[in-house]
Amino acid sequence: MWEYSEKVQEHFFNPRNAGALGDANATGEVGSISCGDALRLMLKVDPESERILDAGFQTFGCGSAIASSSALTEMIKGMTLDEALKVSNQDIADYLDGLPPEKMHCSVMGREALEAAVANYRGEVWKDDHEEGALICKCFAIDAVMIEDTVRSNNLSTVQDVINYTKAGGGCAACHEGIEEILTKVLAERGESFKVTPPPSPVAATGKLSTLERVKRIQQVIEDVRPALQRDRGDIELVDIDGKTIYVSMKGACAGCQMEALTLQGVQQKMMEALGEFVKLVPVRATTPAPGLCNPK
Amino acid sequence: MNPIYLDNNATTRVDPAVVEVMLPFFTEQFGNPSSMHSFGNKVGLALKKARQQVQALIGAEHDSEIIFTSCGTESDSTAILSALKVQPERKEIITTAVEHPAILTLCQTLEKDGYTVHYLKVDGKGRLDLDEYAKLLTDKVAIVSVMWANNETGTLFPVEKMAEMANEAGVMFHTDAVQIVGKLPMDLKSSKIDMLSISGHKLHAPKGIGVLYLRRGARFRPLLRGGHQERGRRAGTENSASIVALGAACEQALANMAFENTEVKALRDRLEKGILAQVPNAFVTGDPDNRLPNTCNIAFEYIEGEGILLLLNKQGIAASSGSACTSGSLEPSHVMRAMGIPYTAAHGTVRFSLSRYNTEEEIDRVIAAVPPIVAQLRKLSPYWGENGPVTDPEQAFAPVYA
Repeated sequence: MWEYSEKVQEHFFNPRNAGALGDANATGEVGSISCGDALRLMLKVDPESERILDAGFQTFGCGSAIASSSALTEMIKGMTLDEALKVSNQDIADYLDGLPPEKMHCSVMGREALEAAVANYRGEVWKDDHEEGALICKCFAIDAVMIEDTVRSNNLSTVQDVINYTKAGGGCAACHEGIEEILTKVLAERGESFKVTPPPSPVAATGKLSTLERVKRIQQVIEDVRPALQRDRGDIELVDIDGKTIYVSMKGACAGCQMEALTLQGVQQKMMEALGEFVKLVPVRATTPAPGLCNPK
Repeated sequence: MNPIYLDNNATTRVDPAVVEVMLPFFTEQFGNPSSMHSFGNKVGLALKKARQQVQALIGAEHDSEIIFTSCGTESDSTAILSALKVQPERKEIITTAVEHPAILTLCQTLEKDGYTVHYLKVDGKGRLDLDEYAKLLTDKVAIVSVMWANNETGTLFPVEKMAEMANEAGVMFHTDAVQIVGKLPMDLKSSKIDMLSISGHKLHAPKGIGVLYLRRGARFRPLLRGGHQERGRRAGTENSASIVALGAACEQALANMAFENTEVKALRDRLEKGILAQVPNAFVTGDPDNRLPNTCNIAFEYIEGEGILLLLNKQGIAASSGSACTSGSLEPSHVMRAMGIPYTAAHGTVRFSLSRYNTEEEIDRVIAAVPPIVAQLRKLSPYWGENGPVTDPEQAFAPVYA
């Protein structure tokens, strides 16, 4: 089963603004029925101010597609079209307290429906440059099309190249077989064959960041997530860094919370993205945990 | 509210009596069956009994035809790789488009290694064309591997007939029978099946135990070499607790065979009729007249399966779906696609698979739960209008990238 955040579940079970919007004057229809996710976004836009007065959606898709649609409509209501266009797919995912890597495309679909609806309102033709392939790297949510395009346009030839250019394969390394297959295919087109190159030493791999820079980035990620945790009467503190293991202490309502593992996973994901390497977040138990959930809504 | 488990084709609960039987093998019966002393000897005798219990369930001629493995997947890989190894001059494999990934992924990998794999197509009800099959049976084929019952729809393939055809053509025949063993009676000694895979956890034995049935005389090369366990055909110290458990589970399955085909089947039919009577735009996939007694796969048009499962789960009901999202791939189930089920229905397929532990009261709760869930999701669907699908759905909603 997917690890959906409480917020994703809540938006799926009780979607906001669901159903057709009778007096919509902007509509965007995006998605792919073969992939099983498609969305119709409807907006009622005030012609004077270009402000979005109301929004509605109809979605054929999974739990996170419905939750992303619901979140998007909530986020953009009251915005002007230009303001709404600044909402990124990451914003939608953040609003939902994150999405599993396999499901990030649901937030992309939301963003694209928004672009399509705005184009529709302005009488423009929206062209999507969207092409989605099979998910290869699950640590960083990178698909086959993205890897293939990058390999082709940058003349890449090794797994390490792919890691450096796309981050794909830079985490748990389980997808290296898939990356090698893509390399073999593209290299064959160039008339070359794939050769295995010895992986660089761990020092070289992380060598791009100085120890100081690395620590700074780790601290920054912790600082970035603290406000959200503090809102739920919790907190997180950096305790120590030992190679790829980062020790943290969960405080207040976060300590011993049922959602602690999920929270840690989210922070760990952010950490990996900031550092471009695999790290493990380990909670250090300090005191007796306080009872209760993180999200008493 | 007690949870209702209708996902028995995925895995089953270990029968409490089976757990009871296996427990001593973690404590006092810890010996290595290969050892000379009495610690080992008792375990060896227990394994012998288990082998005979498996033999009885599948109607094998000799108990030495039973090779214990770690799972169904290992049995499948062992069978196919063995056939290729003993016949290096034969470079073709025949299988079907609707096999379990344990076979399909292996075959796709073998294609990269230079083998030719023929994937038999199925029709709209998931049935094979035996004429197509007959034409492919040549002396270039090393092995035919065809599942006995499909895990998603429960549809049965005529493997006994197909094994005879292969035998006449001088081709080895393997069947992945993990879904059918314990649900329908079989008598392998009167068949031409050379190899057959069993998975313990599909019939109320634990996970981590499987069987490869290997007909006496069928040429064989082991996947794992080492010690002399399983007569040198599968090296590695025996998983004695699980082997004993599988034996007990097989004995129970044999005793419950009639129940499975009357009571469980009746519950399945009650569920299916109950849902279809209330939910419009829903249909049974596969071949309803020729399938496992416990399986029912319903396509709910214009909605997506993951949403259905999440809402069912909220009410404590466990089932599974063939949608892309639940399989973790970009496409809906390859079984649904092979049958030509349109995307708008394939993503909305839900598999209910029962066991002898389900009750009528549970089934009635599911019949009551499903229609409102489908209606709730259809309300969100761009293909659904006030009281039914919008006119010309594919035209009315045509998202930008297809």
